[in-house]
Amino acid sequence: MNIDTLLPMLLTVIAAATPLLLAAIGELVTEKSGVLNLGVEGMMLVGAVIAFAVTVGTGSAILGIIAAAFAGIALSLVFGLLTLTLMANQVATGLALTIFGIGVSSLIGSSYIGTPVEKLAVLHIPGLSDIPVLGPLLFGHDILVYASVAITVLVAWFLKSSRAGLILRAVGESDLSAHSIGYDVIKVRYLAVMFGGLCSGIAGAYLSLSYTPMWVEGMTAGRGWIALALVAFASWRPWRVLGGAYIFGGVTILQLYLQGAGGIGIPAQVMNMLPYLATIIVLTVISAGPWRGRLDAPACLGKPFRPAS
Amino acid sequence: MALKIEARRQISTRMLYMTPFIAVAATVVAGFFLFMMLGADPFEALYVFFISPLETKYGLSELGVKAAPLIMIAIGLALGYRANIWNIGAEGQLTLGAVCGGAVALAFWEEQGLYILPLMALAGMAGGAAYAAIPAFLKTKFNVNEILTSLMLTYVATLFLAVLVFGPLKDPMGFNFPQSRMFSDSATLPIIWEETRLHIGFVVALLAAVAGWVLLTRSIIGFQIRTLGSAPAAARYAGFDRTRLTWFCLMLTGALAGLAGTFEVAGPIGQLVPNISPGYGFTAIIVAFLGRLHPLGIIASGLLMALSYMGGENAQINLSLPQAVTGVFQGMLLFFLLASDFLVRYRVRRVKPLAEGV
Repeated sequence: MNIDTLLPMLLTVIAAATPLLLAAIGELVTEKSGVLNLGVEGMMLVGAVIAFAVTVGTGSAILGIIAAAFAGIALSLVFGLLTLTLMANQVATGLALTIFGIGVSSLIGSSYIGTPVEKLAVLHIPGLSDIPVLGPLLFGHDILVYASVAITVLVAWFLKSSRAGLILRAVGESDLSAHSIGYDVIKVRYLAVMFGGLCSGIAGAYLSLSYTPMWVEGMTAGRGWIALALVAFASWRPWRVLGGAYIFGGVTILQLYLQGAGGIGIPAQVMNMLPYLATIIVLTVISAGPWRGRLDAPACLGKPFRPAS
Repeated sequence: MALKIEARRQISTRMLYMTPFIAVAATVVAGFFLFMMLGADPFEALYVFFISPLETKYGLSELGVKAAPLIMIAIGLALGYRANIWNIGAEGQLTLGAVCGGAVALAFWEEQGLYILPLMALAGMAGGAAYAAIPAFLKTKFNVNEILTSLMLTYVATLFLAVLVFGPLKDPMGFNFPQSRMFSDSATLPIIWEETRLHIGFVVALLAAVAGWVLLTRSIIGFQIRTLGSAPAAARYAGFDRTRLTWFCLMLTGALAGLAGTFEVAGPIGQLVPNISPGYGFTAIIVAFLGRLHPLGIIASGLLMALSYMGGENAQINLSLPQAVTGVFQGMLLFFLLASDFLVRYRVRRVKPLAEGV
């Protein structure tokens, strides 16, 4: 395998990893505050269709991405209202959000099936993008690829080194203590849930504007759920989410290349099972491995909190 | 005057059974505005969606056809959810059940006999249960989250079905279409209402609901399930075997979903095709919650969700609205239900501000 075949392969790995990374880093922040939002898949789908519709309508992909971010936030606020204000069960509400998202996205998208849209443009950086090999690999991407890495860096810094990040982690580890020293647990969690919605919306936008620039019903194909698995896989650490997303991107692309290689006589559908099976295997390994019990899940994950008044 | 929210000392049973009605009412109101936004006459649209399917023999019979799998699956899910076991992969278990039941039908394609259908049903239940055994094994052995594993397996199941109907089980005389042979008469469910598609599976679903009710309220394992969900510490203290209950709930749901899948291919569809279910396994989650995780409530909510499928079809045919309206209605209904659940555990009281009392 020479550089001419390796390079496009690496580029597709980055493309496959980006939506996973965006959705997972958002969910990581949500979960760090102690909230489990299983609605990632639904928020991604709505983000994808809104981004597509707005881009087709206005001709501006940037507006499409912004609209997708707001759509994700709007859905996450519904989730927040139910689970944080009305203290509904987080698992059930997350499922409801996904079911609702699937419905809403196919309703909005029904008139956009078959409509083409221009693929999100590559940000050309004069000089850097023109370097052979390294240029396209590091500086030949669209804005959302850079955004996904930038957000990861910011989240890593925010959680580790900022005061607000410390408060967020405190809320997720011990809501009662955080509340008793005067922090507004519900407000912090609302903000964390909204950030998760924003990231999921953008992740969806990447799918419909860049990964496969079109709208297809259910086009996330379980990526929202894989992102949820990635957060656990990464032991709730931002850098590991980055690594995990790229490993999963690699698995996705590997099956495409194996299909392309043909000859081995395995039906395409069997290859398509790979990412899902890989998710199950990875979850099993991290749950069963020697590091069991040190998974670092936030202590209050999934538990409702209501300040005594 | 101000409003004060306070926790009830005990959950309100009255409210518990009221909330589904509140949720349905809220969904109808929201649907009114949804139809307005879609540019339809909202009154006409609501009529077409909720009433018109009930006016014809075809509509009523189809209600039963669609409610049967929803009720069967939701019974199993409800037992699991009561015990905090979150199987959301019933769609995959349904698919595997359809594959196994369908494989038996195709194996006995040239045979006739009353034994074929029971054999298919057994194979379907075994297939669904075996598929649910994967998350059960991973959960009890390695503590792997069953939500993610059962869902991932749903995607795998759909692909597995595709492998079969594009390959080994493809109809040799079928012009290369990805579908199996049509099942023989002996492998097709008896119709219980002439000139319709309503099949014996609807009766089985009702029996499953009654059996589920007996299991939940009159048996030791039902008591253990209820305790595990509502008072996990008490369940542990009493020595209830969590591993055994997890296996039981997952296998039972898998078997029921597998049976529902077999009934789909042996009933309305009559062969194996790449898409067997319009999301029954997921909609059954809503059915279970809307029926208050109670087997008898699930019969009612199953019929209502079946109506939402019919309503979506009618809205598409008569008003050329997208059929996706069904999914939006189903999602909204679950949202409103979860929101109104607040009233079960809390009450809103009017309180006078202190200053006014002077």
